[in-house]
Amino acid sequence: MINKKEFVSIDIPDFEDDFQFGWKKENEKIELDLLLEAIYQKYHYDFKDYSRAHIKRRVLYRMRISNMENLSQMQHQILYDRSFFETLLMDLSINVTEMFRDPSFYLAIRKKIIPQLKKYSFIKLWHAGCASGEEVYSMAILLKEEGLYSRTQIYATDFNTIALQKARSAIYPIDMIKDYTSNYQKAGGINSFAEYYTAKYDSVILDSTLKERIVFADHNLVTDGVFGEMNLILCRNVLIYFTRKLQNRVIKLFMESLTPSGFLCLGTKETLQFSEYAQFFSSIVEKEKIFQRKPDDNA
Amino acid sequence: MGTITGALLSKPRVFRCIAIGVSAGGMHALSTIIPALPKDFPIPIVVIQHISPLSDNYTTRYLDSISRIHVKEVDEKERLRRGTVYTAPPNYHVLVEEDETFSLSVEERINFARPSVDVFFESAAEVYGDSLIGVILTGANSDGSKGLKKIKEEGGVIVVQDPQNAEVEGMPKAAIETVTPHFVLKLDELAPFFVKMAKHGRKKTELIPENI
Repeated sequence: MINKKEFVSIDIPDFEDDFQFGWKKENEKIELDLLLEAIYQKYHYDFKDYSRAHIKRRVLYRMRISNMENLSQMQHQILYDRSFFETLLMDLSINVTEMFRDPSFYLAIRKKIIPQLKKYSFIKLWHAGCASGEEVYSMAILLKEEGLYSRTQIYATDFNTIALQKARSAIYPIDMIKDYTSNYQKAGGINSFAEYYTAKYDSVILDSTLKERIVFADHNLVTDGVFGEMNLILCRNVLIYFTRKLQNRVIKLFMESLTPSGFLCLGTKETLQFSEYAQFFSSIVEKEKIFQRKPDDNA
Repeated sequence: MGTITGALLSKPRVFRCIAIGVSAGGMHALSTIIPALPKDFPIPIVVIQHISPLSDNYTTRYLDSISRIHVKEVDEKERLRRGTVYTAPPNYHVLVEEDETFSLSVEERINFARPSVDVFFESAAEVYGDSLIGVILTGANSDGSKGLKKIKEEGGVIVVQDPQNAEVEGMPKAAIETVTPHFVLKLDELAPFFVKMAKHGRKKTELIPENI
C-alpha cells in the first residue's frame, strides 16, 4: 500500500548518541552552575537567579570566541584573570538601549503621569538599570519640556561601571540620531530634537544642562538595598532577565523605595501580575506597564 | 504531496516543539499554515517573524481570529502548551528555558533582527535536542540559517519552504545553502506535514522500519 517512492529518508543520530548527548548536557549544566558560583564567591556579582537560557547564550558566546574547550576552562580563567572576568561581565549585562525607546511609553508619561507629578514641590526619580544612559536623558528632556526638571533629582543606577561611565559622558554615535529624532517626535516632543545635542565628527554630545539633575551611581539590584523615598521608579527590560524569585525580591525593593502613591514603570513585556506584591500596586496605564503604589499598604 | 505521505523516522519520537522562522512574505505564509491546523494540535508552535519594533502585532490577532488553534504573543516565563501558536513580541528576542518556559531579551539585534530566528532556534535546539522541528519559510535575509544548522546538529528535524514556492526566496535559499534540510516542502504541504509528524510520535503502529 505504501509506495516506496513517497518516502524521504532522514539521517538521524541513534541511541548511543543520545547517551552521549545527555552526558554532555549534564556536564554543561554542572559547569555553568559552578562558573556562576565562582563569579559570586570571587567577585560578588550574583547571576545565579538570572534566566539560564540568556546567561548560557552569553557565556557560550564568550567561550567560543576565546577558543576555550569548555566552561571548566573558563572558570579557571575567571578566577585567575580579573580582566577576563570584566570582559564576561560586559557580556552578561545588556547595554542595548536607545533614546525614547518605546515612544508611546514616554507619551503616556507626558499625558498621564506628569500632571500628577506637578503637584509635588520636589520630585525624586530612580532609573534602575540605566545602562549607557540614553533613556535617562530622554526623561530629562521630557521633564525639562514639562517645566519640572529644575525641581527633580534623578538617580540613575547600574551595576555595570563601564556603562555608567558612558552614561556620564553623554556622548553617543551620530548614526542613531535619525532614529532618536523620530522616537522623540512620536513621544510627543515639543521642540526640535537638534536643540538637545551638538554633533562632532561621528558622535553627538548631549546638552550639558540635561546632566544637571542626574546622579549616576553604582547599584546592583540583586545584592544592594533600598534607594529611598522615590516618587517614580523606572526599571525597564531588566526584570525579564531574572527568575520569578529574583523578580519578587526586586519588586519588594521597589515597593519599599517608593513613596505612597509613587509610580513604578516596567518594560512593555514585564508585569507585576505574578509577584507576591501585586496587591500593593494599581495599574495606571496597562499597555505601558505604569503602576502606582497604593497609598495604604493594608490594601 | 508525495514527499510527506510516509515520513520516516527510524524510531518513535514525540516532538515537543515546532520552531518557525519567517520574514518578508510571512503574512500570506502563516495565514496558509496556521488556520489549517486542528484546534488541539499537540505540539506547541513558536513563530519568530521579523516585524517592526513599533508594530502592534496585528498579525497575531488576525491569525488568532482566522484559526481554530489559539494564536498569542509570547509572555515572559510563560510555559509552552499544546494547542497554541506563540509569536515573538516586537523588539524582543525569544529564548526557551530547560523547564520549557519562555525568556525574553533586548540584547543587540542579530542579523539586523530583533526578534532573531537564530536566537530562538539555537536556544530551542539546546533544550529540545531531537524532539524539535525547525522550519524556515519565506524571507529576504539569512537569519535562521545558523540556528537551523544547530537544530540538525542536536538531532532535530529541519524543514525549509521550497524557495521556488516562496514569496521571497532569500531566507529559504540561504538556509539550504548552509545546511541540507530533511524536507523541502511547498507552502500547502506544511500543515499536513506537521499533523503527520504529531501522529508519528503517538501511534507506534504507523512506524516504518529503518532503511526503506
